[in-house]
Amino acid sequence: MAILITEKTRVIVQGMSGRIGAFHAADMIKYGTNVVGGVTPGKGGTTHLGLPLFNTVREAVEATGAEASLVFVPPPFAADAIMEAADAGIKTAVCVTDGIPSQDMMKVKRFLKRYPFDKKMRLIGPNCAGIISPGKGFMGIMPPHIYMPGRVGIIGRSGTLGYEAASQMKALGIGVSTSVGIGGDPVNGSSFRDILELFQNDPETDAVMMIGEIGGPQEAEAAAWAARHMTKPVVAYIAGLSAPKGRKMGHAGAIISAFGESAQEKVEILSAAGITVAPNPSAMGETMAMVLNRRAAA
Amino acid sequence: MDIHEYQAKEILSRFGVPVPRGGLAYSPEQAGYRARELGGAAWVVKAQIHSGGRGAAGGVKLCRSADEVHAFAATLFGKQLVTKQTDANGKGVYRVWVEGASDIAREMYLGFVLDRKSERIMIVASAHGGMEIEDLAETDPDSLRRMTIDPAVGLSEFQARELAFQLGLQGGQIAQMVTILRACYRAYRDLDAVMVEINPLVITGTGDLVALDAKMSFDTNALFRRPEIAELRDRSQEDPRESTAGDHGLAYVGLDGDIGCIINGAGLAMATMDMIKLAGGEPANFLDIGGGASPERVVRAFRTVLADRNVSVILVNIFAGINRCDWVAQGVVQAYREVGLTIPVVVRLAGTNVEEGNAILQSSGLPLITADTLAEAAASAVAARPRIAA
Repeated sequence: MAILITEKTRVIVQGMSGRIGAFHAADMIKYGTNVVGGVTPGKGGTTHLGLPLFNTVREAVEATGAEASLVFVPPPFAADAIMEAADAGIKTAVCVTDGIPSQDMMKVKRFLKRYPFDKKMRLIGPNCAGIISPGKGFMGIMPPHIYMPGRVGIIGRSGTLGYEAASQMKALGIGVSTSVGIGGDPVNGSSFRDILELFQNDPETDAVMMIGEIGGPQEAEAAAWAARHMTKPVVAYIAGLSAPKGRKMGHAGAIISAFGESAQEKVEILSAAGITVAPNPSAMGETMAMVLNRRAAA
Repeated sequence: MDIHEYQAKEILSRFGVPVPRGGLAYSPEQAGYRARELGGAAWVVKAQIHSGGRGAAGGVKLCRSADEVHAFAATLFGKQLVTKQTDANGKGVYRVWVEGASDIAREMYLGFVLDRKSERIMIVASAHGGMEIEDLAETDPDSLRRMTIDPAVGLSEFQARELAFQLGLQGGQIAQMVTILRACYRAYRDLDAVMVEINPLVITGTGDLVALDAKMSFDTNALFRRPEIAELRDRSQEDPRESTAGDHGLAYVGLDGDIGCIINGAGLAMATMDMIKLAGGEPANFLDIGGGASPERVVRAFRTVLADRNVSVILVNIFAGINRCDWVAQGVVQAYREVGLTIPVVVRLAGTNVEEGNAILQSSGLPLITADTLAEAAASAVAARPRIAA
């Protein structure tokens, strides 16, 4: 079943007629993703990549029954495109756009809360690689062939480090149920905790690889949730153990950044929550293999 | 993006925050002139650099005559001021702010930041401001008042009033504080700031509130719609290597080691640096070439890394998704030809178009060291460093 996307999920691409949007949409179609159309205001009624284009997301949803949207819209217009998707009844939106102003994202998060639970859109990203259920379909910019189908879920802030984890696991014969890039922006759609919950409830996922980095409260929040609710094993890696202390101006940042934002503190918090932390970035695959073997033996 | 104190004061004043009268000087003569122009018997002379902790570093002085203002300013201009918040090189002083001295009865702290947990703008305030605010946050965190603002409603008057009472203000000070809080919030919101800080916010001898110092930082992602803020950028306050790299779409941070890094993605860049350290080496820099990097951008990355004389080996680690290994490989080959590389280069390519990329590297006939995995790449880079005769 995987999470968020399967071979059946009907996907539209907002910004599909753009150069980059078209390139990646073509890749998605080639992989077998069920792309049913695109949205480019002003180009409604025409076709692109052999698929219909619509002026608005609402028209696209009505005509195609789309449930998911990949947002490939430039930063100044991306927040508006995300809100349009939410209002049109899209269930899952993935935004890969890098460089959206943080106040725009604050507004988006506030806007998404307007909808009742069963009508609420789940946003993945922005500034992320996207989501892939190997062998079924993907929405995003990742190289799909590096993922082997299997039963381990991946959640990561960094796109490229997520690729690294998937290829290390593939080399050891470990496949992926779904890989989710949540993005590195300070305000993002879904957190580690949100995606952990989806994997915990997914019968086709046995374990989760969680790839965090320095800064922000989301790894600590996920650890607290995992300690109470996760029955599946979680392996983590935190990038930035050797990162120099950031330069800053003023005191405000230092005052509000609570305990748990440095890589070392995150490793301690995750370990205390029963999560197995890979000692270095080239040991993500082998740490997962060890945890899976221990589980099989038990 | 940071701006200077005097610019922050000018902006906040426009929104309704009371600030002391002052004037900007580009020379010691002008500083003395500013003091005479302002009048009064005492002035504060403040070095304008993008950093806090200027007072303790000798960048701020209370002067009793225009001649003293002139003399102190003369010691500041052209100086590299090193504070607790700068690196060892400090920041150059090219502008000085002169303002009338204030009569201070009490110092408070006021800050506005983006709180990643609530995903809202948060006000942080303390009844005790001044230079020791970070210590206070450690020793007595409960003395800090925090309040988040609903972006759909903005800062309500009742919230502002509540905070004013919590800080122990009285009478007319309450209304003044409400005005200041709402002004700071509007400035933050309307100009896409990421930080507004007034430290200290003082109560004068006559009981009035005045912003004695001010700092503002802005969201670089929003500068496209804030041209008036983008204009305030001061390159003299930036590391020239970092800002030049930034102009070419590269995120670069110089470090102390000797292994130059060229990587895609901030997460993989940090992980590669972790791996280099583990293999016994020290990274010379953090460098993220970004997405969709052209061969030209890769050549620029080589030039940026090689500008650091300490670099004795270069490690290229690319896991391409939105990037293309063939373009990166072309860039590496082009860099060899154009830059005339004499130090070892380790290249690890993976992801989109990796076969094409590796084919380009192999057919180039260049003495590149290739690696298949992250661990191998880091180990090869550490091993490839020229042996230094000890």
